[in-house]
Amino acid sequence: MSEKIGVYICHCGSNIAGMVDVEEVARWAKETFPEVAISRDYKFMCSSPGQELIENDIKEHGLTRVVVAACSPHLHEPTFRGACQRAGLNPFLFEMASIREQVSWVSTDRKIATQKSKALVEGAIRRVVYHEPLEPIAVDIHPDVLIVGGGVTGIQAALEIADSGYHVYLVEREPSIGGHMAQFDKTFPTLDCSACILTPKMYSAGTHPNITLLSYSEVEKVDGYVGNFTVRIRKRARKINEELCTGCLLCQEKCPKKIVDDVFEVGMAKRKAVYVPFPQAVPKYPVIDTENCLYFQKGACRLCEKVCPTNAIDFAQEDEILTVQVGNIILATGYDLFDCKRIPQYGYGVLDNVITSLEFERLTNASGPTGGKVLLKDGRVPESIGIIHCVGSRDENYNIYCSSICCMQSLKFAHLAHEKTGAKVYNFYIDIRTPAKSYEEFYRRIQEEGTFFVRGKVGEVTDFARTPEEEGKLIVQVYDTLAGIQRRIPVDMVILSAGLEPRRDAKEVGKLFGISCSADGWLIERHPKLDPVATMTEGVYIAGCAQGPKDIPACVSQGAAAAARVVGRIQQKSILLEPVRASVVEEQCSGCRICNDLCPFNAITFDEEKNVSVINPALCQGCGTCVAACPAGAIVGTHFSNQQIMAQIEGLLDLAFEPSE
Amino acid sequence: MSEKTTFEPVIVGFTCNWCSYRAADAAGMGRMKYAPNVRLIRVMCSGRIDPQFVLKAFAEGADGVMITGCHPGDCHYIDQNYKTMRRYELLRRTLVQMGLEPERLRLVWASAAEGQILADEINDFVETVRALGPLNWPKWEKEETRQLIEEAV
Repeated sequence: MSEKIGVYICHCGSNIAGMVDVEEVARWAKETFPEVAISRDYKFMCSSPGQELIENDIKEHGLTRVVVAACSPHLHEPTFRGACQRAGLNPFLFEMASIREQVSWVSTDRKIATQKSKALVEGAIRRVVYHEPLEPIAVDIHPDVLIVGGGVTGIQAALEIADSGYHVYLVEREPSIGGHMAQFDKTFPTLDCSACILTPKMYSAGTHPNITLLSYSEVEKVDGYVGNFTVRIRKRARKINEELCTGCLLCQEKCPKKIVDDVFEVGMAKRKAVYVPFPQAVPKYPVIDTENCLYFQKGACRLCEKVCPTNAIDFAQEDEILTVQVGNIILATGYDLFDCKRIPQYGYGVLDNVITSLEFERLTNASGPTGGKVLLKDGRVPESIGIIHCVGSRDENYNIYCSSICCMQSLKFAHLAHEKTGAKVYNFYIDIRTPAKSYEEFYRRIQEEGTFFVRGKVGEVTDFARTPEEEGKLIVQVYDTLAGIQRRIPVDMVILSAGLEPRRDAKEVGKLFGISCSADGWLIERHPKLDPVATMTEGVYIAGCAQGPKDIPACVSQGAAAAARVVGRIQQKSILLEPVRASVVEEQCSGCRICNDLCPFNAITFDEEKNVSVINPALCQGCGTCVAACPAGAIVGTHFSNQQIMAQIEGLLDLAFEPSE
Repeated sequence: MSEKTTFEPVIVGFTCNWCSYRAADAAGMGRMKYAPNVRLIRVMCSGRIDPQFVLKAFAEGADGVMITGCHPGDCHYIDQNYKTMRRYELLRRTLVQMGLEPERLRLVWASAAEGQILADEINDFVETVRALGPLNWPKWEKEETRQLIEEAV
């Protein structure tokens, strides 16, 4: 073998060197393999000096192949490929062995860990010999962008991209954009009015020349890959002609049918069968709810049609299917509120005046069902209010994660409840978490306002009175962990500060866009610290609560971050992809066509004239299924060839497992 | 380890680039300790795993082989892991015909988030193979088989 291989074993500080005898692995590699020209160990291979070490060795010693044993290739493969390239070596003549994630971090025995590292290094050395120089594939980036979800995150991302001069399709499932933020009254810790800061953004998103707003719409299908996705969107029929409608809402006013609004008003108020969810809705056009409309259900009424001054009511309107081309996608699909009925001992849905956080938001909202008055079901003003934190969060029966916003939200409720009713307010908390700018100050302010803080997880909320004072009240039973006693605190109203959960259909959404969910169900980012808005799928980004619970400033930041990533991508005009592709060696193809049906991207066709199968490299995504299936071995997969993998298997198994003493 | 006689199997694990290799990364990042008997190979998709690779691994001395990939429906290449599933079933039958215990081959689905699942499966598989005992294919090949072939020639 005439190859000259450089082998580099990284200490990663003590991350690897603490469990693996890196000097020994380096020494062994040099001694064992005649092709290994140089073998070194170094403290941090990914540092500039570490990379320079590789570059200098390539230049000075004429290395033809490089192996680095360090962390996962998903972290630093690009780094070391870059080093090779700078030194004039084709970056694909490089191979990485993951001895940190796969050895040092998961092992407990130094001798065995060193042995396993050697096996992985030998696999890489044997494999790299068969590597071929390759050139990355350039793909053009379509400048249009799809954003799914019209909450504050999606709106922010859409505006940033649209202002940069690129076209955005903003798809929202509900009739109006705005998301959860539109339902809130005040926002912590500044207590500025949610609608006042959100509606200007909603209006901008609705009127921006670079934004196509598709509300009451859903993405049905996504094809293609980064740079060129084909997206099918179903624009559900509003039964309103948007060209003619002026948004005067005379139809809503005259509609005789009232239904409980389970979405925007969370069951606290009624809406009509033809409606806009709230007065500031964007777009301003109403929607006819065909499941409740008298005309659609009983065949008579059509009152809206009669009163509409512009003849905009169109009962015959049908769903529209739009197909759009985009280069990048941002998912900002948000969250669902934890269903408080899952904790029966808190009495939600059974006891009057036990309400959820979102219901309280509507109650305090000036445009809400009570015009902003905090009232009990019977219309009385509550004299005492209990706010229970961590409902459905930090609880191994439901969700073990912290929903991040509930502490601050509960403090805000304490302030609003106290301000509006003068009631005695109790906050039942496990821990108070206020880790952001001005949050701790807000907590102090609420303490100074005279709110009672009881530390302990509430066991039960009941209306079963034991004493005359408890008569007609809701009793909060709690173990006060600071005082070390059981308390029963009678209140008039209980607010359950419900946690945030992934959208019910988060998994389906993930599947649709080719990304995965964590065990909790949140969409997974590419790297939890260093790449929080990108995903494993090139061209698909996530932002806001779809990625995990977060407050409004964090959502806005992520929306803007995802937008910046996308705009940067578009401005590059093209992207370089891994040249992992399959191709048919015509001389060896027997024309059996076994591979023809295997490709989900329709990249394989059959050439009737030559009687061979042909792979279209533009459509091939490089999975290698056809390579594995070809009975004649006539399909070659670049960078994952049979020869390379077979050599790696041999290398991995060369060393037997020797147990420690 | 007190007993030097404990058999330590060697396992080759095939992982796909998108889910199970990242599950191994996640196991590492979470410092989840698992049996050191497994040595992983990365391919782009579990669909790339040629049955030959599995037989090659046995022939080179592996006592067990793990095929891992994305959960059905989560495949980065739409549905290629279904093809893996079919091949796996056929391969198990082939192993039986060759006189091997089909338990020496295991299929595991692990998403990028399921480091713990991968670690648990590896531990469980190592114990299964340990109970089956050494395979020693290379030994047969190198000593007995080669001798037989030489005699025949």
